[in-house]
Amino acid sequence: MNAISKSFHGIHANQDINLVVESGEILGLLGENGAGKTTLMNILYGLYQPDSGQIKINGNPIRINNPVESITHGIGMVHQHFMLIQNHSVIENIALGYKDTPFFFPKISIRKKVEQFSKQFDFHMDTEKKVWQLSAGEQQRVEIIKALLNGADLLILDEPTSVLTPLEIKELIAIMREMKAKGHMIIFISHKLDEIMDICDRVVVLQKGKIAGSADTRNTDKKALARMMVGRDVVFNINRERLTRGERVLSIENLNVFGEKGFQVVKNISFDLFKNEIFGIAGVSGNGQRELAEAITGIRPIASGKVTINGKDITNTSPRHIYDNGVSHVPEERIRFGIAPGLFLYDNAILKQHHLKKFSKRYFLNYSQVKHHTNTIVDRFKVSTHSINNQIRNLSGGNIQKLILGREISEQPQLLVASHPTYGLDVGATEFLRKHLLHLRKQGSSVLLFSEDLEEIFELCDRVAVIFQGEFMAILDSDDERFSDIGLMMAGSKRI
Amino acid sequence: MEDIIISTLQRAMVAGTPLLLATTGEVICERSGILNLGVEGVMAMGAVTAFIVTITTGQPWLGVLVAIGAGMAISIIHAFASITLQANQVVSGLALTMLGLGLSGMIGKPYVGKPLSIKMDDWTIPYLSDIPYLGKILFTQSPFFYLAIFLALVAWFFLERTRLGIQIRSTGENPRATETQGVNVFRLRYLSVLIGGGFSALAGAHLSISYSKSWIEGMTAGRGWIAIALTIFALWNPGRAIWAAFLFGGIFVVQYLMQPLGISPNFLAMLPYLATLIILFLISLKDPRKLNAPAMLGEPYKRGER
Repeated sequence: MNAISKSFHGIHANQDINLVVESGEILGLLGENGAGKTTLMNILYGLYQPDSGQIKINGNPIRINNPVESITHGIGMVHQHFMLIQNHSVIENIALGYKDTPFFFPKISIRKKVEQFSKQFDFHMDTEKKVWQLSAGEQQRVEIIKALLNGADLLILDEPTSVLTPLEIKELIAIMREMKAKGHMIIFISHKLDEIMDICDRVVVLQKGKIAGSADTRNTDKKALARMMVGRDVVFNINRERLTRGERVLSIENLNVFGEKGFQVVKNISFDLFKNEIFGIAGVSGNGQRELAEAITGIRPIASGKVTINGKDITNTSPRHIYDNGVSHVPEERIRFGIAPGLFLYDNAILKQHHLKKFSKRYFLNYSQVKHHTNTIVDRFKVSTHSINNQIRNLSGGNIQKLILGREISEQPQLLVASHPTYGLDVGATEFLRKHLLHLRKQGSSVLLFSEDLEEIFELCDRVAVIFQGEFMAILDSDDERFSDIGLMMAGSKRI
Repeated sequence: MEDIIISTLQRAMVAGTPLLLATTGEVICERSGILNLGVEGVMAMGAVTAFIVTITTGQPWLGVLVAIGAGMAISIIHAFASITLQANQVVSGLALTMLGLGLSGMIGKPYVGKPLSIKMDDWTIPYLSDIPYLGKILFTQSPFFYLAIFLALVAWFFLERTRLGIQIRSTGENPRATETQGVNVFRLRYLSVLIGGGFSALAGAHLSISYSKSWIEGMTAGRGWIAIALTIFALWNPGRAIWAAFLFGGIFVVQYLMQPLGISPNFLAMLPYLATLIILFLISLKDPRKLNAPAMLGEPYKRGER
């Protein structure tokens, strides 16, 4: 790709980008959220047209007008959000994308092709299953098969590991190595430094739409890449001040909660949380964390047990009542539960506060106050947007999360319940959010932090509970010598 | 008694035929993600055009063809509004119904009450029609009856066993993903709406030139709405639509059976619509995930939006 430029509404998403991939090579494309990685790849895949610049394959300049043309040029792409029909079977999904699907009885011939392919790459694939029955890793494999069946020489993987479990990541890496050995080219987009160092031969770093540098992975290290990506040094170890904890804020006694399918997912959990304290709940997701957070914030009914805030019983009261008593919530799946994507930034900034006197009088919102408040959050939390009169869905994940955090802590809550607050965010945004959580702690709030990320747990938490299948395996102080065994306890292998 | 049962069932098949045709069309249309509430209006247009052409030319099949053409033509309005303009599909479908009902009444004014002298003979299937009971019920019927069942089976095969069928269903489930696979979502949705319109008009043609052999304003009598309900009842599957439609045909006919029992005829005339309500109520109790409704039904697709 030669001197590619592309801008949206006057913002340069890509500026003068040159990119070369050679056969049998895995190229890493590294950059923060909004650095222009996905835009660049969408240009290569024909979803966008570049404003200027040229794409060449084997030295021949080509024009890619749409995804079909890019497929005929041997380019395949696995999007970050899978382009699969959830209610259809694997075979129907593959038949949809394959260019030589016969008109009659398409499933029969495709099934044969997939079986051949599975053998070649040592996949296991149940072709009759519906896509929604598959795990994220299996769905990704369907996408890869789709691309390879169409004869992709160059495969673009957009943040492929963000949805996978550690085991699935290993399997993906094995498949990538296999493809490399067969002479395919791969462009691997990520913002995780470890993976880039582990998988890629070469890495190109994008920053704010421009190339910030490139390097062979053999001749560089994580620190150097991180500096290129953020444009400055990243503090990998945030210093957590020692604080003596204050009075009790949250108290949970013998809490039992049921999940969606009617099973008990939180089993007899009790703990206390104090001022100036960050209490971490570590665990692999799906072990009852979500239900616990929802029970505390009033979204999910509590079967039995008691939740008190500052001595006040808030068990099974309404979410607004709980919020008004000083409990804020940064939910997981920020786009589904944290915002209303089609509304403007300033609407989203007061989703929970619109009933407060300062924002509304009787039936009407005080928009000048609302906008002023939004601007304050945008400035203070460095939300990057060209205007607050902008649908929030147009923002990147990191910026959305910053706005959510700003909204939740603008009232200086007694307790912040934060579920996976930095999940899927780049290094810069992660650091920013973690610092704010520590700042909140210093100001006298308490934070209940749900996280899968051990690094985050180690950095931030004063005490940690390990949750496994709805039960606490242990509650540890950060100076406890068993702290290093958290990983084992998360897997349920060791109860201390 | 035996004779009454046989003739009731036979008439149930006749009454179910237009329901099956319209339901099949609506299934194809909704599978592509477009909700078409214009069925009733398109049906009326089909009925009036088929009747006029048949009575003037004496060619019932020509009447049927013209009706299908007219149904497709008027459905373009809905396709344009809901696909190209991405308007609200409920509003545009309702508008189509009102337009079709009004327009058909106006065009058909001079033909109200005129008897249709041309008769369409029933098709008696050799050998099969000699089977006791079943022969009379299933194999001595108007050509529309066989056509309706045949087309429903073809529609099932088309949706489930052809490439185009997979593409249409994908369009209704996830248009964005479908488009990234190089499928023209807009064209497929237009095609599906037109097919659906053709089927509705065919159902109307059956009403005017075979079922009642006359034209009167409003003769569709809500059958289009029932077809929309049957689409849900059939879980968007043309195969299931077959028995669903004839079940409702039976409900249409059973009112004549029950009249001698002294129940008010006004109440009995209500039965099919009451049954529709009950069925919609029962089906809404089901787990929505198991309903298999096209995921993006009724959602306009806009290109290039996140």
